[in-house]
Amino acid sequence: MTAPAPAIALTGICKRFGPVQANRDVSLSVAPGSIHGIVGENGAGKSTLMSILYGFYEADAGEIALGGRPCRIRTPADAIALGIGMVHQHFMLVETLSVVENVVLGAEGGAWLSGGLKRARAELARLSDAYGLAIDPDAIVGDLSVGLQQRVEILKALYRGAQILILDEPTAVLTPPEADQLFALLRALREQGKTVILITHKLREIMAITDRVSVMRRGEMVAHLATAETSPPEIAEAMVGRRVLLRVEKEARPRGAKVLEAIGLDIVDARGVALLSGIDLTLHEGEIVGIAGVAGNGQSELLEVLAGLAQPSRGVIRLNGQVLTSADRNPARLRKLGLMHVPEDRLRTGLVTAFPAAENAILGYQNDAALGPGPFLSPATIAARARETFAAYDVRPPDPGLKTANFSGGNQQKIVLAREIERAPKVLLVGQPTRGVDIGAIEAIHRRLIALRDSGVAILLVSVELEEVMALSDRILAMCGGRITGERMAGEADERDLGLLMAGVTERAA
Amino acid sequence: MLGLDPSISDSSDLVPRFSGLRFAAPENDGGYPMNAAPIALPRWADTALVPLVSVAAALAVSGLVVIGIGESPLEATALLLRGALGSAEGIGFTLYYTTNFIFTGLAVAVAFHAGLFNIGGEGQATIAGIFAALACLWLAPLPGLLLVPLAVLAAAAGGALYGFIPGWLQATRGSHVVITTIMFNFLAATLTVYLLVEVIGKPGSMQPETPEFAAHAVLTPMHQLLAPLGITLPATPLNSAFLLALAALVAVWALIFRSRLGYAIRTVGANPRAAAYAGISPARITMVAMAISGALAGGLAVNEVMGVQHRLLLDFTAGYGFVGIAVALMGRGHPVGVALAALLFGVLYQGGAELSFDKPSITRDMVVVIGGVIILFAGALDGLFRRAVAALLQPGRAA
Repeated sequence: MTAPAPAIALTGICKRFGPVQANRDVSLSVAPGSIHGIVGENGAGKSTLMSILYGFYEADAGEIALGGRPCRIRTPADAIALGIGMVHQHFMLVETLSVVENVVLGAEGGAWLSGGLKRARAELARLSDAYGLAIDPDAIVGDLSVGLQQRVEILKALYRGAQILILDEPTAVLTPPEADQLFALLRALREQGKTVILITHKLREIMAITDRVSVMRRGEMVAHLATAETSPPEIAEAMVGRRVLLRVEKEARPRGAKVLEAIGLDIVDARGVALLSGIDLTLHEGEIVGIAGVAGNGQSELLEVLAGLAQPSRGVIRLNGQVLTSADRNPARLRKLGLMHVPEDRLRTGLVTAFPAAENAILGYQNDAALGPGPFLSPATIAARARETFAAYDVRPPDPGLKTANFSGGNQQKIVLAREIERAPKVLLVGQPTRGVDIGAIEAIHRRLIALRDSGVAILLVSVELEEVMALSDRILAMCGGRITGERMAGEADERDLGLLMAGVTERAA
Repeated sequence: MLGLDPSISDSSDLVPRFSGLRFAAPENDGGYPMNAAPIALPRWADTALVPLVSVAAALAVSGLVVIGIGESPLEATALLLRGALGSAEGIGFTLYYTTNFIFTGLAVAVAFHAGLFNIGGEGQATIAGIFAALACLWLAPLPGLLLVPLAVLAAAAGGALYGFIPGWLQATRGSHVVITTIMFNFLAATLTVYLLVEVIGKPGSMQPETPEFAAHAVLTPMHQLLAPLGITLPATPLNSAFLLALAALVAVWALIFRSRLGYAIRTVGANPRAAAYAGISPARITMVAMAISGALAGGLAVNEVMGVQHRLLLDFTAGYGFVGIAVALMGRGHPVGVALAALLFGVLYQGGAELSFDKPSITRDMVVVIGGVIILFAGALDGLFRRAVAALLQPGRAA
């Protein structure tokens, strides 16, 4: 029997960046009309491989064949001409333009817009019919939900005649129902004979939608598996190279006294938009409270206001029974009161990536008298302390002098966690503790948080990974549109139920 | 008003980014090379190799200019170096110029570390000069041992005040320091004219200048300072302000790299969001850093007004404040680099003056051109050689 030529055949792809071998002899074959998953930890070489396929880089060695024909892809324009489309994790859309204008962007077809727009309108209507992609071509992209913006990205690729669609972490910004809709769309594309490559680190998605999955580790392809014949533990093991616990065990534990209490918190921004409305929240000693929500529904503002980085327009915060005055509500003072904060975005907020690691290990504690005499900081003391904590928290490499940008995401996160945990917090606010972190490091970070909870610390966990919230929390609050839309105890929460709450479907009176 | 957003809720938007210094790079977490990411270089290449390549390129271009007017670049270079370093007198003049560049270079460097582009060194030095002159004139009854330090402090305070105001305007009103410091240069110059003509000018003189300071109110020239030690030097403008400049280099190093305040300044400069998270107020640091920057620029007034001219006169800043920008860029904001770059410009100024004296066809303007080419390569075109250097060091990366 003769199988049809693979839609994509990569053979012996090598790519080296200075001393780093990003791709080593990578081969990949993707059947036409299939959904093919590519998984791997950060830095495993997935992005480099896709960059080579999409023409951002040229491979040092190796061959690319599309539909059996060898071809050379030097620029993204070559890739588009060959029918490859890419949907980036961060959308490449002009928010102030309409859907149809975004779709023709870069393919306007002449100096005058009207012809191209007319053609695009007709084509959009056809594509919408073919795939059930209902979307208003004249809507302004900035007004659309994230899920719809992603559709515009997909339409853009299809409009340019994509037969092969590469999606990079497409569900990172979606609610579970939106993700389901995306998967339905991907299935419809597969029906029509399109080939889809899905880059993700969520094993659940791989299992739900792909036909085959390829696993990368340290620049090499380590496994090609048929999804139906594999299991999440098997994939995870291939990714990390050892057995990993996907879910850290934790024991039920009675919670202690109230530590942090927020009553009726509102934040209204300068334009009068309510970012938080009527947030009531209580944290007890020795419990992890998880906030489930799609990114951008007020969780970030909640963390910021509790951490003293933003001021509430209304409402009261109590820490250890004391009402926090406006003089208390700044990060330096709150740290002294025992409220530590692991921010959501470690690169933009939690670290100064240009600094050596040791200097980041004191960020926020730069006025600690133990760090040097009077107005000075002692580099030797700082480095010695960093070396100690890096060893205790298994930061690799344990080199306090290394520039922070050169650590992997997981190790950067460990630097932040170590810094905040080490100073014995009473309350720990944690945002996205494992975003962009390897599976191996996730396990370590989860263990740390649970140990901390067991030692009596009150932890508020904000994460867009619903799985993570469910795995760690004793109690889960769902947020949507700046409000808390529901509360569940860990045992009684299920994904579908939380998904509805996250989408703003509030509970009816029982 | 010029469309400037008065809110500073996110001051990172107001902060200029310079490739030469350690500023936060936008993180490309997707891993795709869509944005031209700043080129990462090993530390030694960034701090030494790139500036050296820039200077070499600038000298090559200057050489072409010299060839273009029919002179030998080798001969010109030899004359320049001999003029700057070939005699005790030449070295004295070179170090006198270097003193000015150390102060103005450090001023720009400190502001850079806070993510601020202080173009107001000229104005800050001018105000510092007024303060120093007033101290020297008004406090003349005091003994020199008290008067001179007070006048130096007055200069620093004047510069600090005049740096603080733009910092305060940016921190509280969102007015960008680049715009305000430029405008403040003109204001300072105009104020000097007014004061010299109407208020503190020399009575009965047509020159816009103050009376000469009392002999005990000025800084000791170096040849007098070293004479008791048995070292005889020819008389040059070099004076004890040079020692103050060396002290300032050490002080700035300690401030930026060893002190808690310096840590806060560098954090604000590299990542204002992280600074706010760490409990450091970017607004406060903006004001403090601009004040320190202005105080350092005041050193220019100490050298020129108290050390050389012994009176306040118009335009004594003579563009040293602007060259300080190039010095700081070339020196990568580090005091050691600033010292070396200041020395280079000192050599150029002194050697260039000698060169134009010996070779009438190479006019002073030509020397200005050469200085300009170096500023162009070392400052504005800093990125020009980074890619090539990166490609040499890491083949494949710059594809």
